[in-house]
Amino acid sequence: MREELITSGRMNLNIDPVLHIWHWQIPVYLFLGGLAAGLLFFAAYYTIIGKEKKFTTAVKFAPVLAPVAIILGLIALLLDLKHPAYFWQLYTTVHLESPMSWGAWVLMFIMPISMLWVASYFKEIFPKFDINQNIVGKMLKKVIVKNDNKEGANWDWKFEIIRKFEINFIKNRKPVAWVMLILAVILGVYTGILLSAFNARPLWNSSILGPLFLTSGLSTAAATIMWMSDNHEEKRTFSKIDLMLIVIELFLITHLFMGFLAGSEAKVQAAQYFLGGEFTVTFWINVVIIGLIVPAILETLELLKFKLPVMVPAAMILWGGMIFRFIMVEAGQVTRFLY
Amino acid sequence: MKTNRREFIKISSMGMGALALATTPVLGWVPGFLKDDYTNPDDSKAKRYANYCEVCFWNCAGWVYTDEKDKIWKIIGNEDDPHSNGRFCPRGTGGVGMYNDNDRLKTPLKRVTDESGKQTFVKISWEEAFDTIAEKMTEIKDNYGSESFALFKHGSSGKHFAQLLKAYGSKNIAAPAYAQCKGPREEAFKVTFGHPLHSPEPLDIRDTKCLVLIGSHLGENMHNGQVQEMSEAIGKGVNIITVDPRFSTVASKSKFWLPIKPATDLALLLAWIHVIINEEIYDQKYVEKYTFGLESLKKHVENYTPEWAAGITTLSAQDIRDTAKEMANASPAVIVHPGRHVTWYGDDTQRLRAVAILNALLGSWGRRGGFFMPEKAKLPKYPEPKAPKPKWSWRDISPGKYPLAGTGVTNLLIDASHPDYEGDHKIKAWFIAGTNLIASIPDIKRTLDALNNQEFVVVVDTMPAEITGYADIVLPECTYLERYDSPRLAQHREPNIALRVPAAEPRFDSKPGWWICKEIATRIGKGDFFDYKDFSEVIDWQLKQVGTSLEEMKKIGVKKLNRKYDDLYFLEDEEIEFHTNTGKIELYSTTMEANGFDPMPKYTAHQESSEGFYRLIYGRTPAHTFSRTTNNPNLTALKAENDLWVNPKVASEWGFKNGQKLWLQNHQGKVSEFPIKIRITERIRWDSVFTAHGFGRTDKRLTRGYGRGISDSEMVSDVKIDKETGSTGMRNNFVTFLTEKPNTAKKES
Amino acid sequence: MRYGMAIDTRKCVGCADCVVACQTENNIPIGYTRDWIAELNEGTYPNLHLEIRSERCNHCENTPCVRTCPTGASHIILGGIVKVTHEECIGCGACIQSCPYDARYMHPDGYVDKCTFCDHRVANGQEPACVSVCPTHCMYFGDLDDPNSEVSKVVAANKIKTLAPEAGTKPQIFYLV
Ligand SMILES: Nc1nc2c(c(=O)[nH]1)N[C@H]1C(S)=C(S)[C@@H](COP(=O)(O)OP(=O)(O)OC[C@H]3O[C@@H](n4cnc5c(=O)[nH]c(N)nc54)[C@H](O)[C@@H]3O)O[C@H]1N2
Ligand SMILES: Nc1nc2c(c(=O)[nH]1)N[C@H]1C(S)=C(S)[C@@H](COP(=O)(O)OP(=O)(O)OC[C@H]3O[C@@H](n4cnc5c(=O)[nH]c(N)nc54)[C@H](O)[C@@H]3O)O[C@H]1N2
Ligand code: SF4
Ligand code: SF4
Ligand code: SF4
Ligand code: SF4
Ligand code: SF4
Ligand SMILES: [Mo]
Repeated sequence: MREELITSGRMNLNIDPVLHIWHWQIPVYLFLGGLAAGLLFFAAYYTIIGKEKKFTTAVKFAPVLAPVAIILGLIALLLDLKHPAYFWQLYTTVHLESPMSWGAWVLMFIMPISMLWVASYFKEIFPKFDINQNIVGKMLKKVIVKNDNKEGANWDWKFEIIRKFEINFIKNRKPVAWVMLILAVILGVYTGILLSAFNARPLWNSSILGPLFLTSGLSTAAATIMWMSDNHEEKRTFSKIDLMLIVIELFLITHLFMGFLAGSEAKVQAAQYFLGGEFTVTFWINVVIIGLIVPAILETLELLKFKLPVMVPAAMILWGGMIFRFIMVEAGQVTRFLY
Repeated sequence: MKTNRREFIKISSMGMGALALATTPVLGWVPGFLKDDYTNPDDSKAKRYANYCEVCFWNCAGWVYTDEKDKIWKIIGNEDDPHSNGRFCPRGTGGVGMYNDNDRLKTPLKRVTDESGKQTFVKISWEEAFDTIAEKMTEIKDNYGSESFALFKHGSSGKHFAQLLKAYGSKNIAAPAYAQCKGPREEAFKVTFGHPLHSPEPLDIRDTKCLVLIGSHLGENMHNGQVQEMSEAIGKGVNIITVDPRFSTVASKSKFWLPIKPATDLALLLAWIHVIINEEIYDQKYVEKYTFGLESLKKHVENYTPEWAAGITTLSAQDIRDTAKEMANASPAVIVHPGRHVTWYGDDTQRLRAVAILNALLGSWGRRGGFFMPEKAKLPKYPEPKAPKPKWSWRDISPGKYPLAGTGVTNLLIDASHPDYEGDHKIKAWFIAGTNLIASIPDIKRTLDALNNQEFVVVVDTMPAEITGYADIVLPECTYLERYDSPRLAQHREPNIALRVPAAEPRFDSKPGWWICKEIATRIGKGDFFDYKDFSEVIDWQLKQVGTSLEEMKKIGVKKLNRKYDDLYFLEDEEIEFHTNTGKIELYSTTMEANGFDPMPKYTAHQESSEGFYRLIYGRTPAHTFSRTTNNPNLTALKAENDLWVNPKVASEWGFKNGQKLWLQNHQGKVSEFPIKIRITERIRWDSVFTAHGFGRTDKRLTRGYGRGISDSEMVSDVKIDKETGSTGMRNNFVTFLTEKPNTAKKES
Repeated sequence: MRYGMAIDTRKCVGCADCVVACQTENNIPIGYTRDWIAELNEGTYPNLHLEIRSERCNHCENTPCVRTCPTGASHIILGGIVKVTHEECIGCGACIQSCPYDARYMHPDGYVDKCTFCDHRVANGQEPACVSVCPTHCMYFGDLDDPNSEVSKVVAANKIKTLAPEAGTKPQIFYLV
């Protein structure tokens, strides 16, 4: 019989037996970051390949959610900090070895780009806008003016400089899309690397985590687009994309566990939490069955022309993606080196 | 049903601000205190005050540091102190918690009964407390004689209370440190070598080659100097033999661990003696020169063979032989440790006699690596008038019983206080200072019956310990960090003096013991026994008589004096006169014989556990001292409750899970007040369970200790009295497990 | 210069004095701690083996905790002591997650705290509080780069191990076994 005891104030709930320092905020942050990354990725991608007209939801509408997700994600991160008043310290250094640091910086860059991206489509998203009647319009009066003469939107920006910038931005959407694509991939991978950088937690210590989180982020984004879109072809395309991503995810998950089982005792023990241990049921039911397999079946059926409400698989995927992050963060903090 | 006159006052009835119940449970952590640029308090700016530790009776000397704000910061050992060598044990280091504990007694309290018959404590002034006490003391003296006032004490402030009782005219004074602790050992060594061991035991552990520990769990029992020397000896390659039913910490550091069946140690000891004599591996020159009775002993142990002992102890005969040889090989640098808390089975004097005999055969007494000859510093007595001579004392309570008892026997005082006592020497009132009798005296019911039979009870404590709940008057003493006391004069290799001065003002309305005693004495017309304004005058006067002063001692804390003779060990072929009847080390004890006891120890079997019951054994845990630290914020952070060690076989038989909470019921039907978590561990035999003493506090005012774990004392209702000394054997209790607390009639207050 | 410790598990009795001493010396709030005792018992009655270790930050040579800190609050000072500047710490917990020894904790005031090897004492030529108080004298502290320091000698002369070497952190605390 092996018996291990710890004596000290460390047997305090705040500290031991599990160094549980991250709570709901981090998984929420990771989920929203992944979602935003996916949304921006698709917007950029379809712009680059010149299909923005065909995939309007992906390029125009869905990205509206990205800055919202990023801001909410950052709020979650801020809530996680035990000393948020020193938040600005993050931006006093660039610390490339620290995923937290470059995550903070990537967000710093991707957030304005995503906002501008969305703003540049405002006129197309809200072409008719009664400044005088709409409360929002009244509030926006400071920055926008009526524009009756032209075609397209019935409003325009008040300041010349913004108008000029907008024209330029729209002209250069493709190069901007390239930047956004790259940042989105970094952000997507980052959500996984944040965890996998922590060697000390055997469950997180896997190079598969980066691609896995990226794929999962893309998948949640695809699901969102599929849900929002009312264009039949776009829906179908994203169903297909999603199906593909689900297959990749399942493949990565299998590899993740195979890697663990082939690894050190600590990793085997980490994997055991999912193969009979306390996270088994939550993981396999919520993440794999509800979040991946069932939506995959539903999407296949739909592609085979069965009529099904698209929100069902989409919601399941989002649920699965969220729970996946919760479990990974939670379980990772339980696993430890054995000595 | 008649209600107890001295009903235990529970906190529920203790409202009305009689006690400002601390709502801040822990030593307040002030958020932001360390904010911004936190720097550690600076040693060079800190002040330090000499003190000796009161968290246990090893009384290590050290320094109490206060920080820039004059707040007590840390306690560090004094390098010159032979007890601590500059290093305290965790309890001593955590002594700051005794001071910081907000649950401390804050004001004097008085028991009152309201119209509805409900008893409560109310806060009173010191004046009122003293007047009440003085009035009662005079009344008791007039009605029954001053001898009927008994004092239970423990610790250094006890001296002042003993002085008070002496002035008043009573010698009925006892401490649990005798009949619940080392009594049998002291007498066994006294009849064998002519000297009791006293404290700290004069063991030359640092130079020993073989250390035999029989139920002495050094390392958990943190007697500082001994632990330090043991570690030094480990560094030098000492061979340790540990006899313990439990794989104690030191067992894990031993060459031999003998997992003996509890209660059978005497069989092992006799077999060892048998082997050592029969194989003639004893120290022949030494035994011949210094001892008396070898031939009788040889005959006596003839049948106590290792094979015989193996059957009793469950050890192997081979191990018994091997360990006997191990000791003999190291002789005379071998110590068969006498232990300290030795009141186990009621034949303890005889068991300790066997230990003493074994040491004599190995020639370890008076030898390097064995027992050294200690020396103690002396201070002249501060002048005082002649005390009245009491007409009787504790010795007269049960005439003819316990003839070897050397100092006050607590349980004899309890006998004389009990309603069933029919003798002429009744005790009618108790003073209790620095001992929590509810936790330290076995058979709690008997103690309570005796308490209830008293006309007046005063308790002086620092904490709302259980015993305070039974007092008529409770007096809050300040802690050792806030007061003067007599300098420590303890024996050691070098005689030495250690000083105690306050490092901070007493918190709340607590006061030093000397002041309390002086005020009471003045009111009973005995003020001339406390003829000083401040106790520091007494200390200064005494120190000046031996060529130092309070001022000098404040700077050095500890003063080592020179030995009078260079006699730490016996010289080669030195003629020694031992203080025994024969002038020799008595293997065969003439004193025992004269008092009608076996002159040489005989093995008698003890009661065994029955089906489903396990012997309850208990001991220390390094971070706590008895019940005095189980509310200490620093130390409860390390260990908040005790657990019950249970062998995995037993646990699986019962289907228990690790950490499961159980109630215990002993073989006399006594059920524990609280549940205890079980710790399933290979480190204990299957016929016994083990727990640490001092937990399971029942007074709700102890916010950190209340209901944490169980009190072993509660389970010790079957007490076997040692015939020689009257000490209480406490390991004859067997417990079984209850998964639910039986529905005992509600004890509403 | 490279500060390090050697701890003799054969002498340590697990009394936790080192824990209390650290707590009082460094004003650690109750319930939190910079060092702790691990007891590992293996075997079956009566063939048992018990190892007792006093543990704290290993002041690793390869420091994941410093690398993952986004603000630079976690850093290394002279002698290889790993420290945290409280005023730069945002309390993100990244360093806590990256320490394989769980040596760091979140102070209730919102910053991460950990063993400092008592650099404030070491600077004055004193030993760390835990080392100086240990009743079994089982801890040795000093400069590992100096072959004549007591700690170097003890490490050289005994069978040693470090904790979780597979974590690749190169601990500077050595356990004598
Ligand atoms: N069941 C069981 N009983 C035992 C033992 C056991 O192991 N198990 N051990 C036995 C042994 S070896 C011994 S020595 C005795 C010890 O017996 P006690 O000395 O009675 O032990 P404690 O329980 O520590 O009680 C000490 C009391 O003194 C108070 N106190 C502490 N400091 C001061 C002070 O400065 N002034 C005053 N006035 N009060 C103070 C504490 O708050 C506490 O209430 O117990 C014996 N009884
Ligand atoms: N940390 C700490 N240290 C202390 C104290 C404290 O309260 N806390 N108190 C001090 C005081 S006053 C005293 S008296 C000493 C007491 O210290 P010791 O004299 O060492 O204590 P005991 O309680 O007699 O011994 C307990 C050990 O005896 C074992 N044991 C139980 N039954 C038997 C048996 O039948 N045979 C054998 N061979 N072993 C048995 C138990 O498993 C346990 O390991 O400790 C002192 N040191
Ligand atoms: S052994 Fe520990 S508790 Fe006892 S006096 Fe020494 S330091 Fe204090
Ligand atoms: S103080 Fe020393 S003996 Fe006690 S636990 Fe710490 S390292 Fe071990
Ligand atoms: S033990 Fe942990 S906190 Fe200390 S240096 Fe190593 S990784 Fe960092
Ligand atoms: S919690 Fe503080 S020290 Fe740790 S990584 Fe974050 S900023 Fe750095
Ligand atoms: S070196 Fe100092 S800070 Fe580190 S554990 Fe020891 S006492 Fe605490
Ligand atoms: Mo004792």
